[in-house]
Amino acid sequence: MNIAVCVKQIPDPATPGELDPETKTLKREGKLILDDSDAYGVEMALQLADAAGGGEVTLISMAPNDEVSGLRTALAMGAAKAVLVSDPVLQGSDALSTAKVIAKAVERAGEMDLVLTATESTDGYTGTVPEQVAELLGWPSLTFAKHIETADGKVKIQRQTEAGFDIVEASLPAVVSVTAGVVEPRYPSFKGIMAAKNKPVDNAKVADLGLSEDEVGWKGARQEITSIEAAPERQAGEKIEDEGDAHERIVAFLEQLKVI
Amino acid sequence: MPLPKVWVYAEGEDGKATSATLELLTKAREIGDTVEAVYSGADADTIAPQLGEYGATKVHSVDHGSSLSGVIGSALLAKLVADEQPDLILFAQSYDGRDAMGRLSVKLDRPVLTNGNGVEVDGDTVAVSTAVFGGNTIVTTAFAGEKPYLAGIRPKSFAPEPSGGGAAEVVKVDSVDAGRAAEAQVLDHHVEEQEGPKLEDADVVVSGGRGLGSAEAYEPLVEELAKVLKGASGASRAIVDAGWVPYSKQVGQTGKTVKPKVYIAIGISGATQHMVGMKGSDNIIAINKDPEAPIFSVSDLGVVGDASKVVPKLIEALKAKT
Ligand SMILES: Cc1cc2nc3c(=O)[nH]c(=O)nc-3n(C[C@H](O)[C@H](O)[C@H](O)COP(=O)(O)OP(=O)(O)OC[C@H]3O[C@@H](n4cnc5c(N)ncnc54)[C@H](O)[C@@H]3O)c2cc1C
Ligand SMILES: Nc1ncnc2c1ncn2[C@@H]1O[C@H](COP(=O)(O)O)[C@@H](O)[C@H]1O
Repeated sequence: MNIAVCVKQIPDPATPGELDPETKTLKREGKLILDDSDAYGVEMALQLADAAGGGEVTLISMAPNDEVSGLRTALAMGAAKAVLVSDPVLQGSDALSTAKVIAKAVERAGEMDLVLTATESTDGYTGTVPEQVAELLGWPSLTFAKHIETADGKVKIQRQTEAGFDIVEASLPAVVSVTAGVVEPRYPSFKGIMAAKNKPVDNAKVADLGLSEDEVGWKGARQEITSIEAAPERQAGEKIEDEGDAHERIVAFLEQLKVI
Repeated sequence: MPLPKVWVYAEGEDGKATSATLELLTKAREIGDTVEAVYSGADADTIAPQLGEYGATKVHSVDHGSSLSGVIGSALLAKLVADEQPDLILFAQSYDGRDAMGRLSVKLDRPVLTNGNGVEVDGDTVAVSTAVFGGNTIVTTAFAGEKPYLAGIRPKSFAPEPSGGGAAEVVKVDSVDAGRAAEAQVLDHHVEEQEGPKLEDADVVVSGGRGLGSAEAYEPLVEELAKVLKGASGASRAIVDAGWVPYSKQVGQTGKTVKPKVYIAIGISGATQHMVGMKGSDNIIAINKDPEAPIFSVSDLGVVGDASKVVPKLIEALKAKT
């Protein structure tokens, strides 16, 4: 079974995000890392390929400046190869343009049975890329999976719902978006890290994918940021140290609010 | 000037429209002349009176059968858009809403602005505002392309208010062509038992985080306190990911947004991604042993203390009162 996993390479979330006042996009300076949310997809893909008795896991990523740091992490986990789309004309791309690039990159990667994504990225969290990729490919999408199995040319998932979960099944090929916690991602081994250095990364430009420049980047986004403002701050109130009687203060507060 | 026609992608649950749907209808009335709903489900007739009560004059519907409702919903929307010419379509940022808006954006080749918590119409300009960086910054983005504009809005962004309208007229479409996407079939539903009010609707929400120390502490501290206050219990993502409680309890950016009268955070540090889901609460009480915990920057009453000591005494005291 051949599986493509979409992996986003993002600025380290531990350093707080900032918007560039000039370009009005997220600042992406310095080295990018593998989005944690996508580590679940990579692990899931490796396990599914294993359970199916073979097949390759291919990474798909769109990132600025030919960034490969995050890809290397995922290759070190065990993925076989990657397609990386990096092109200055992609700057400003929205979710739809991103999905167009990813769908084309998946086609470029060869015959796939399954495409895995996270449900939303850590830095952008538009949360629509998986469905958009599926629609572009003309495939079913099974979204918000917390458990996945494949057998007999079909994929079956537990799909998160408001009330619990649904069992959803579709024939392959299909797109599945996975929630955090679907599996426990492995840590790359030393051997894996060494091996990753020589794994193939196929670099593609927008023109190589048969997309026009007008479909991506600022032009393709067809939207304009009109303002960036600080949100109204909430004022902190009283703060007390518990000396064995803090619960009384809480009770008094709840009484004052007429909750009890 | 309002927009001529605003559509709301309606969702239902147990024969009722979801609260997010009613919130969107309320907003749609404010910014649109004509408000209509589009619904993927077999029970359009059942929810039509409620959709009408909140301002929809019509509900366009299709039965999605055992296919995913958002997938079929997007095909219905795509089929109707050319004839009906809506200016703006509002979706709830929900599981099915996301399926529907994502697919529709491709079908129509239109961008979709997601995670909004406000919609503004100013002359010809329609803009969606979104809270980023844990709600510290509000970014407003205007649509620049062709209509219809598509926007995904987080639940609880607007207060639902009935307009007193009569039942919406139901216009059924027999079937739509969703292609291979329709092959995804729902085989079974699993409902996780839940006691008390729903997290999104409760007046009091008690949430626990990693500071509880262990999964075993959740029931006697968080659930018990929620029970005596007739509220709902929630959680930080840290303990959902750790498997202590189900995902349905998660509050925050990737979980639920709650706006109760009182939110009680126990052993929760106050990461921006958590706060974006609870900062809109009327009152916030935080219990955390670290006096520097960020949660105290938004709390009306902050208690610096050990949850395993404070909470049992609090539960005792509250029980003694009732
Ligand atoms: C893309 C993305 C999305 C996310 N979405 C969400 C989301 O939707 N919701 C969410 O909650 N998080 C979300 N997170 C995770 C978030 O960043 C934090 O990691 C998480 O909220 C931390 O949970 P916590 O406060 O329970 O744990 P911690 O941050 O570990 O805090 C535990 C707190 O407990 C206190 N404590 C310890 N012992 C005691 C004691 N005995 N008594 C009292 N207090 C004690 C500590 O002082 C500490 O402040 C997201 C993260 C990312 C990257
Ligand atoms: N630039 C990208 N490169 C690779 N995968 C991506 C990219 N952007 C989004 N994705 C995938 O789509 C998911 C949802 O992204 P988003 O819709 O931006 O929240 C992510 O978690 C990734 O799995």
